Amino acid sequence: MSHSAAAGHGAPAEHDPVFTGALRARLDALGANYPTRQALLLPALWMVQEARGWVSEPAIAEVAEVLGLTPAYVKGVLTFYTMYHTHPVGRHFVQVCTTSPCGLCGAEETLQAILRETGCGELGATSPDGRFTVVEVECLGACGFATPVIIDEDFIESVTPERVPGILARYQ
Amino acid sequence: MGYPHPSHPRETVVLSKHFGDPGARTFDGWVQRGGYQAIRQALGMGRDALIELVKASGLRGRGGAGFPTGLKWSFMPKDDGKPHYLVCNADESEPGTFKDREIMRWTPHQLIEGCLIEAFAIGAERVYIFVRGEFTELFPILGRALEEAYANNAVGRNIFGSQTSVDIVVHRGAGAYICGEETALLNALEGKRGNPRIKPPFPAQAGAFGMPTTVNNVETLAAVPHIVLRGADWYKGLCLGSPKSTGTKLFSVCGHVQRPGNYELTMGFPMKDLIFDLAGGMRPGRTLKAVIPGGSSVPILTAGEVEGTLLDYESIAEKGSMLGSGGMIVMDDSTDMVKTIWRYVKFYAHESCAQCTQCREGTAWTAKILERILAGQGREGDLQLLLDLAENMTGKTICVLSDSCAAPVVSGIRKFRHEFEAYISRSRAPALAAV
Amino acid sequence: MSQDLVTVTIDGMPVGVPKGTTLIEAAKHAGVLVPHYCYHPSLPSPAVCRMCLVEVEKQPKLVPACVTPVADGQVVHVNSPKAKAARQGVLEFLLINHPLDCPICDQAGECELQDYTFQEGRAGTRYAEYAKRFNPVEDFGPDILYVANRCILCTRCVRFMDSVAGTPVLNVSERGDRATIGIAEQERLDHPWAGNVVDLCPVGSLLSKDFLHKARAWDLDKAASVCPGCTQGCNVTIDTRDDVVVRLRPRANLEVNRHFMCDEGRRDYRWMNRGDRLEAPLVRDGDRLVAADWDAALDRLAALLRETAGRPAVLLASGRMGTESLGLVRRLLADRPVTAAVKVPLGEEAPLPGVPGLALRRERVPNLRGAELVGVADPWEAALGALGGAGLVVVLDAPLDEGEARRLAASGAPVAWLGTVEHEAARGAALVLPVATMAEETGTFVNRDDRVQRYQQAKGAPGMARPAWWVAGEVLAGPGPDADAPQTGAQAFLRLAELLPAFAGLTHASLGFTGQVLRPAAAGVGA
Repeated sequence: MSHSAAAGHGAPAEHDPVFTGALRARLDALGANYPTRQALLLPALWMVQEARGWVSEPAIAEVAEVLGLTPAYVKGVLTFYTMYHTHPVGRHFVQVCTTSPCGLCGAEETLQAILRETGCGELGATSPDGRFTVVEVECLGACGFATPVIIDEDFIESVTPERVPGILARYQ
Repeated sequence: MGYPHPSHPRETVVLSKHFGDPGARTFDGWVQRGGYQAIRQALGMGRDALIELVKASGLRGRGGAGFPTGLKWSFMPKDDGKPHYLVCNADESEPGTFKDREIMRWTPHQLIEGCLIEAFAIGAERVYIFVRGEFTELFPILGRALEEAYANNAVGRNIFGSQTSVDIVVHRGAGAYICGEETALLNALEGKRGNPRIKPPFPAQAGAFGMPTTVNNVETLAAVPHIVLRGADWYKGLCLGSPKSTGTKLFSVCGHVQRPGNYELTMGFPMKDLIFDLAGGMRPGRTLKAVIPGGSSVPILTAGEVEGTLLDYESIAEKGSMLGSGGMIVMDDSTDMVKTIWRYVKFYAHESCAQCTQCREGTAWTAKILERILAGQGREGDLQLLLDLAENMTGKTICVLSDSCAAPVVSGIRKFRHEFEAYISRSRAPALAAV
Repeated sequence: MSQDLVTVTIDGMPVGVPKGTTLIEAAKHAGVLVPHYCYHPSLPSPAVCRMCLVEVEKQPKLVPACVTPVADGQVVHVNSPKAKAARQGVLEFLLINHPLDCPICDQAGECELQDYTFQEGRAGTRYAEYAKRFNPVEDFGPDILYVANRCILCTRCVRFMDSVAGTPVLNVSERGDRATIGIAEQERLDHPWAGNVVDLCPVGSLLSKDFLHKARAWDLDKAASVCPGCTQGCNVTIDTRDDVVVRLRPRANLEVNRHFMCDEGRRDYRWMNRGDRLEAPLVRDGDRLVAADWDAALDRLAALLRETAGRPAVLLASGRMGTESLGLVRRLLADRPVTAAVKVPLGEEAPLPGVPGLALRRERVPNLRGAELVGVADPWEAALGALGGAGLVVVLDAPLDEGEARRLAASGAPVAWLGTVEHEAARGAALVLPVATMAEETGTFVNRDDRVQRYQQAKGAPGMARPAWWVAGEVLAGPGPDADAPQTGAQAFLRLAELLPAFAGLTHASLGFTGQVLRPAAAGVGA
C-alpha cells in the first residue's frame, strides 16, 4: 500500500501514512459502530488532524483508499466542515466566536485583543513565531458565557480582553 | 444546584436539578440521585404503552420545531425486520441557545437514560449521539459516562438483564450549523456533506443508512425519564399557559442581561419575568429594546411585544415569532439593530450548505447589502430590495436556513426601519469600513 | 393499465400519466416545459436549483416539479404569477455573480441560463455589490475545462460522475456561496465517458477543449445521426459549420444510450473532414487510371461484372458503410459465389455502469450487424484468404493495412474500388469510384441489438462522390431512361426491404429518430 505517489498538478509529496499500527486498529475498531465504511469518514478525518495537525492532499488520498472512497469525494466532505484544516496552522489553534449574541457582549473587542496579543495581526494568519493561528468562528453554542474561545481542545468561557494575556500564556 | 448561578426559586427544576454538581456525572452518582430507575420501569411497560405515555404528556421537540414527540415515535414502523436507529441531535448551534451543552456537561447519564428509553420504545438497538465538534469538553465527559454505563450493563447487550440491547455511539461533528437540521445530520453521520435531504422520505421511513430512524433533541430525550417516573399527568400539569405547551423547558438567556444563563421554567411562564426577574434585567441605565425569543432563526420581538407574552409555543406565535429552541437573545437600547442583523445574516451566509440557489446566493447577497449600508453606502431602494430578496428566500428551499436568514431581516426592517434609514441617509456615521 | 393512470391538469390542460410520474415529466405531456437546471431525466434529482417550483392548488408552498409525483386530480400552474415570480427570483440569484461574458462563452446560444433569462428573467440586475470571482479556468481532464465563475452549482456533473459513471472524481467543495465544483489533486476527469459532463452542464462552465472557441452555437447546422464508433449505435447529432464537422454530441434515445455517448465516439469525427478524398471516378486506361464521368464509370463497372460473371468474388467492406450501401453492393454479386466480410477493428470495452446495456463496444464499427443481415457475414480472414482464387474483388472503403493491400495486389483479380479516400492499394484497381461517408448520405446502421437506426446527411460529399448505394443501384437498374434506380437513401432502403425479409415493412420514415428493433424471426436472414 503506497500513498506517496501523488500525481497531478502538484509535485509528488512524500506522505507518511497515518493509518498504520494503533491508529489503523482504532479506525477499524470504530467500524463496528457503523453499518457502512463511509460513516467512518468524519472520524477518520479527525484522526488525521489529531495526528498531523491538518489534512493534506496525500492524507485525503490515504483516507479515500482506507475507506474505499475517491479522493474527490473525501475532499468534498472535508471542505464542507469548517473544523478540519486544509492548510497547516500554528501550534495552537484559536477559535473566537463573534456571532451576534457574543457580538452584543464584546466579542469583537476580545477578538482584537487576541489578534494583538498573539501577534497574528489578521484573521486566519499564523503568528510569526508559529505559535498561534486565530480564526473567527460562528456561534459556539455558549452565548450565555460570552465570549467563548476554543484553544486546541480547550473550551474557555467568558473570555474578556483583560483575561486574554493570562489565557494565552498557558499555550506555549 | 444550578450553573453558572444557583437555581432561582421561580424555576421548576427538573432537568437542571444537578447542573453544577460534578458528582452527578458518574454512574454511581447518578444512581444515587435516582437515575436509571426510569429505564427499568420502562422496560417493564412495553413499547406501545411508552409511546402512549409520551403522547399523553404533551412533550414536544425541544430542538426548535416543537413537533409532538410521542407522535414522532409512533411513526416508526413495527416488526419490519429492519434495523432501527435513534439519533440524538446534540448539534446545538442555534445562536442564542446553549442548553443541551449544559445537560450533557453535567448530567450525561440523564441523556443516556432518555436514549435508552426511547431506543426501547422505537425498537432501536443502536443510538448515535451526534455532538457538534466544537463542544470539546463534552467528548471526555460523554465518553466516561458511556464507559461506566457499559460497565454497569446499563448500555450494551441485555441491558439490566433484560432482552433489550442498546449500543450508544458518540459521533463528533466537524463544524456545520446546518447539521442541526435532522436530515443534514443524518448525512453527516453517514460520512457525507451535511446537506439537508428532500422530504419525503421522512427519517421514520428512511433515515440513517436508509433505515427507519427517529431524531430527537437532547433536551427532549432528557425529559423522557422524568415523564416515565412521574407520569404523563404530572408533566401535562406543568403548564401556565396554552394546554398545548406542557412540561418544563430550559430557556437560555443571553445578550444584555445581568445574569445570563439557563433557566428551567414551566411552560407558559411570563417572558418579561424571565428577562427582568430571573435574568436580572438590563444593566443600570439601560432599557429593553428587543428580544429574539427562540434562537436567531425567529422574528424579532420589540420591548412592547414582550409585554404579556408567555413562554409557550402558542403565545409567542401569536406575537408573530416562535418559541424555537428557547434561546432568548436580549438587546438593550444601546443595540445597533442594523449591525446585529447583519451579523446574523453573515452567520447564515457562512452556514448555507450551498444546495438551494435562493439560500446560497440570497444569504450572501443580503449580507453584502447590509454590509454596504453599514459602511455608509446605502442606497434608496435597498430596503425594498432586502424585503424582495427575503420574499424570494422564504418557503422555497429544501430546509429553512434561508427562511431563518430572512426572518430577522424582515422583522428588523419592519420594526426598526428608522435605524436602517439613518445609515442610508448618512445621518448616522458608518459602522463598518467601506468595502 | 387504466387504473395506473392518474389525471392532472397542468396550465389548464388535462393529461393522463402513469402513477409515479413526476410533475416535470407530466408537464411535458401537456406541452409545458417547466424551466429547470439541476433536473435531468437520466440523473437522480436533488431538487436544488429550485427553478422548477410550480404552484399546486391546495398546497401552501410551491413544490419542486422534478421530485413531486403526480396525484390524481391535481391542478398545477406552471405559469401562474406566483410560480413565475419564484423563477424570476432564482434567475436573479443565479445571475448576480455570473459573468456576462456570453460573447466569448462557447455555451452562448445553447445556454439554459441565457434562454430562461430571455424568456422570463428580469431585464436588469439589482445587484450593486462586488462580484464573487474564482480562478478563471481550471483544467479538469484531457478534454475538459471548468470555469467556476459561470457555474450555477446544479451538480449535474457531480451526479453524472457519481451515479452514472460510478467514478466520483468531481465534488462540491466548500459551502455557501464559496462552493465550487472540485476535483482532487490526484485525480483527473478522464473516465471514458467523462465528456458527457460538458453536455450536461446547462451553462458554459464545463467546456470541451476540442470544441473551445471553434464555433458559435447559432452558426452550427445539426443532423440527427448515429455514432459510427462501435456496434452500440449511440444516437448522436453531427454539428457542422460551413460543411465541416466540428463536434458530435449525444442525442437522446432512452433505449440505446439515454443521453450519453463515450469520449472515443465523441472524438472520432476528424475523418469526416479529411482532405485526401477521392473526388472523381477513375477508370483504367492501360497502366494509368484516368478520370471519367459517372456514366462511363458505371458502364465500366457493369462491364466488369459481366466479364467476371459466375466466377468467385470477394467483397472487402467497411463496417462504417450503411446497410443500403452494403446491401446493394452485395446484391451486385448475387449471381456468383461470394466471400464477403467487413473489417472489424477491436478495442477495449468501456461500459457506462449507471446505464445497463450501454458500453463502448469491442467491435469498433457501427454496422457489423447490418452487414451480417445483408450477407456480408464472412470472417475477415476468410475473405482475405479467398483473394487468391477470386475472379473479382470489390473493395467498399475497407481500411486495408499494408499487408492486406499486398495480398490484394497479389490476387491478380480485377478490383472495383469504391472508396472515400485515396489509398495506395487503389492504384492497381480496374476502376476507382468516389463514394460518400456516412456523414454525407442518409442511411441506416443496425446495432448489436438488431435496432435499425437512421442517420441523416450532415454535410455534402466532395466533388463527384456519390453514396455507394447510388452506385450499386444505378448498375443494378441498368442503363436507359426507364431504369428505376433509387435516388434517395430512403428509396435505397425500400429496395433493400423488398429484397430482404429482415427489413420487410420498414421504411426510413417508420424508423423515426430512434429506430426500430427487427422482429426476432426476421433477423438473421441473409441475401
